[in-house]
Amino acid sequence: MNTIYKVLKYQARDAVRSRWLIAYAIFFALITDGLLRFSGDPVKAQLSLVSVVLFVVPLVAIVFGTVYLYNAREFIELILAQPVNRVQTYVGLYLGLALPLTLAFVFGLGFPFLLHGIDAEAWTTLLALLTAGIVLTGVFTAIASLIAVRCEDRLRGLGTAIAVWLLLTVVYDGFVLFVLAVMSDYPLERATLAMMMANPIDLARVGLLLRFDGAAMMGYTGAVFLKFFGSTWGSAITIAALAAWVSAPIALGMRAFQRKDF
Amino acid sequence: MNQPKIRISNLSKRFGGLPVLRSVDLVVRAGRVIAIVGPNGAGKTTLIKSVLGLTRPDSGKIVVDGADVVGGDAYRARIGYMPQIARFPENLTGAELIRMLTDLRARTSELDVELIESFNLGAALDQPLRVLSGGTRQKVNAAMAFLFSPDLLVLDEATAGLDPLASSILKDKILADRGAGKTVVVTSHIMNEVEELADDVAFMLDGCAAFVGTLDELKRITAQATLERAVATMMSRGWVQVAA
Repeated sequence: MNTIYKVLKYQARDAVRSRWLIAYAIFFALITDGLLRFSGDPVKAQLSLVSVVLFVVPLVAIVFGTVYLYNAREFIELILAQPVNRVQTYVGLYLGLALPLTLAFVFGLGFPFLLHGIDAEAWTTLLALLTAGIVLTGVFTAIASLIAVRCEDRLRGLGTAIAVWLLLTVVYDGFVLFVLAVMSDYPLERATLAMMMANPIDLARVGLLLRFDGAAMMGYTGAVFLKFFGSTWGSAITIAALAAWVSAPIALGMRAFQRKDF
Repeated sequence: MNQPKIRISNLSKRFGGLPVLRSVDLVVRAGRVIAIVGPNGAGKTTLIKSVLGLTRPDSGKIVVDGADVVGGDAYRARIGYMPQIARFPENLTGAELIRMLTDLRARTSELDVELIESFNLGAALDQPLRVLSGGTRQKVNAAMAFLFSPDLLVLDEATAGLDPLASSILKDKILADRGAGKTVVVTSHIMNEVEELADDVAFMLDGCAAFVGTLDELKRITAQATLERAVATMMSRGWVQVAA
């Protein structure tokens, strides 16, 4: 427990000062501020931000995460040459990456809303948006850590990171649409739900759009989703799926980290 | 009476099918300086990293102070390690890095800041590590290895990248610590330096410890007057063996 906090503390201190992380926070602040000014309506601005968050947060988390960990190789060696336990070191490294990314995101996106001032309704949706971004940061930093531990070659690692992001953002949705089109004669509600569960970005998207009363626009499927995600059962499964998306890569990465030769 | 500080027996390691260490046997006696020499790629760094538990052996055993290194972390509290490459987090300062190590080791007692003072690192430690020159970073690296007065020092190409003055300061420190009863493992390509520092030599070739013994023994069996010549003779004999 102690080692986790100590590793996290110093790594986070380094990451927070990184120019890329500061640029990431400023990027979100500018976009959010711009949308707020142009639309004049915080909820509308948030609806536009949904796509930006779903697109940018996973990309930045996975790319920044892998690049950072490849650069930190000698630093990790130095830590492991101390009397520390590898499992705790790994958790510390993961959190030392995920927390600064979360901080930059929450600060960048939240600050303009605070400046402009928002009402109660916009607060709930803002919290949903922030939660989605935080969870996605957790998932994609975990995947980034796994890639950086498993791939010795940094170019291959970075390639894998971008491929994973492309797969989950673009390719997967194409695949889902294809299945839906081909099988349109069959009842696909359950299958669609299952396919959503298998992709953290889709899960976040559906969860967010339902909060924005966008479900009405999604027709019958939207009604099915609303019924499912609105139920206790559905929420429990969603939370379990997201938890699995964070913990599975962490567990796999930890195992690889324990056996890794530095 | 000299209980071994490190006992390595039958240590083997492959990287992706390529043998890097081939059943290495090596005993490091307490209170002595041992130099691990040999051509590039002979397995010196892998051997050192195995002692630190950074690299996991495929087979064989490493015992430090009577305890097996596999499955234990606490033994590293008594080791000071100076890695070959001094690359640290860019945005931390040297002082923060030192504080991190102190935290990780949960050290409360007095630190050995002799090298920080003799290298004149005071001002440099408050700068982010990214702005320091390679040599200064190497000085920070060296100072950190000695910081916790460990009884075993493991220095991988310690003087590489240091200017003559810094290099002399570091060598004086190594000899002073040896005088205080500490054990030192160094790797080096500079034979004059080895001759100046080491009591014992381990000569690595193609992943094997081809020779382990005192400097004088090495010179005697190769019938050479200087260490440089002796090692060169070992190397050329080794190549002949491999070719044959």
